[in-house]
Amino acid sequence: MGRSLKKGPFVDGHLFEKIDKMNVSSVKKPIKTWSRRSMITPEFVGHTFLVHNGKIFNSVFVTENMVGHKLGEFSPTRIFKKHGSHTAKVAK
Amino acid sequence: MPRLLGVEIPGDKRIEASLPYIYGIGPSTAKKILEQTNINPDMRAKDLSAEQLNQIIQAITVSKLPIEGDLRRELQSNLKRLQAINCYRGIRHRRSLPVRGQRTSTNARTRKGPRKTVGVQRAKEAAKPAGK
Repeated sequence: MGRSLKKGPFVDGHLFEKIDKMNVSSVKKPIKTWSRRSMITPEFVGHTFLVHNGKIFNSVFVTENMVGHKLGEFSPTRIFKKHGSHTAKVAK
Repeated sequence: MPRLLGVEIPGDKRIEASLPYIYGIGPSTAKKILEQTNINPDMRAKDLSAEQLNQIIQAITVSKLPIEGDLRRELQSNLKRLQAINCYRGIRHRRSLPVRGQRTSTNARTRKGPRKTVGVQRAKEAAKPAGK
């Protein structure tokens, strides 16, 4: 089920504060964050985020198209394993 | 065989059944359209007068339902957007794997297509360099 419109999009408070500050002072620095659950709002556009995936921080540059998605959607937590990848190693 | 909205050619079935031949119109929208235009859904599509056909076309264009090419293009652009922004759903589409969190250990055959066996060939190739 979707989230009630009444509440508006969910953004972690600490993250939003940081962005607010940066927008006011118009400095753009990558923001390291663990908050994968935060929705991307129009204020985020143009910023770079380092989104934790449980192991490393993936850098995500937010564009207008990404508004309405969650930060975590851009930082995959699983590695896609193919068959035959170790054959390549043998060939070498 | 009457023509509706350019390319559509529903056969000599009941109109209720032939309207869904238009991409973007299903059984329920077909019913709604016929109700709006006061056309008997049991009539055969070929028996409709030009006026009635016009009424149907009117009803569809007025309702602003995306139909045929427009609808296909819309779906395509949605897909493209997901893939362009590199989000999880886009990646799953690119790999043609289930997008909504279904299991892939088994099943997921609709997305993955027919089973491909891997392994036999690899064993041979691995054995060759070892033999030399």
